Amino acid sequence: MGNAILFLILAVIAIGAAILMLVSKNAVHSALYLILNFAVIAVYYILLNAPFLAMVQITVYAGAIMVLFLFVIMLLGAEESSGVLGTRRGQLTTALLLGAVLIGSFVAALGQIGGSAASSSVADTTPRNLAIILFESYVFPFEVTGVLLLVAVVGLYVMSSRLVKKD
Amino acid sequence: MQVTIEWYIALSTILFTIGALGVLVRRNAIIIFMSVELMLNSANLLLVAFAQQLADAHGQVLVFFVMTVAAAEVAIGLALIVVIFRTKNTIDIGEINLLKG
Repeated sequence: MGNAILFLILAVIAIGAAILMLVSKNAVHSALYLILNFAVIAVYYILLNAPFLAMVQITVYAGAIMVLFLFVIMLLGAEESSGVLGTRRGQLTTALLLGAVLIGSFVAALGQIGGSAASSSVADTTPRNLAIILFESYVFPFEVTGVLLLVAVVGLYVMSSRLVKKD
Repeated sequence: MQVTIEWYIALSTILFTIGALGVLVRRNAIIIFMSVELMLNSANLLLVAFAQQLADAHGQVLVFFVMTVAAAEVAIGLALIVVIFRTKNTIDIGEINLLKG
């Protein structure tokens, strides 16, 4: 599952980018740090024998979704925002406490499972095989996803047409 | 040193927790959305890691569904943010209290 040193270097970059995303005052910087994080996760996908997903991650997440984010940030002129310190009193403490509880429970759960050996075989993850699985085992979820996207498009139309009428 | 599935679980947990903290402490609605994306991504990473661990490509197919739902969610969410900004002229969630009686 990859080289330990490479894993640790990438983990430092990913966690650092995530934390910087969290504390940046400028929303554009946050978006750029998130893109860095997504790129690092794409490298992890390559390490995990998922090259096609890595490319999808770059094009869909780092490309389409984050460009949409940057576009909306710049459209609204919302670059400058209150940082973490702009939160209500006690909110930061409570949030950090809840975060610690979350990590603690994960660590406790991790202690419960035994060290399972990795499967010696390697899955066939070519785009061809992924498509065969998608269209043989997951045809109904695929159709439902199509309906979901249609609903999203209709919802966007309704919201934006109301916006135009008001002006 | 061998990288095992536990390492990926730990990394994914840390990223998920950072995302959850972002939702809890930030007041800018766009940054809250980005934190949700971070949480979805950490879940995706874990799905791919387990797909590799169990030598089963089904986990990777599930990631496609998560990505599709995330894309739809972002499109709708950002449209909602734009509509709220037009109404209230702010996206600070502390200021948005339209439902308050």
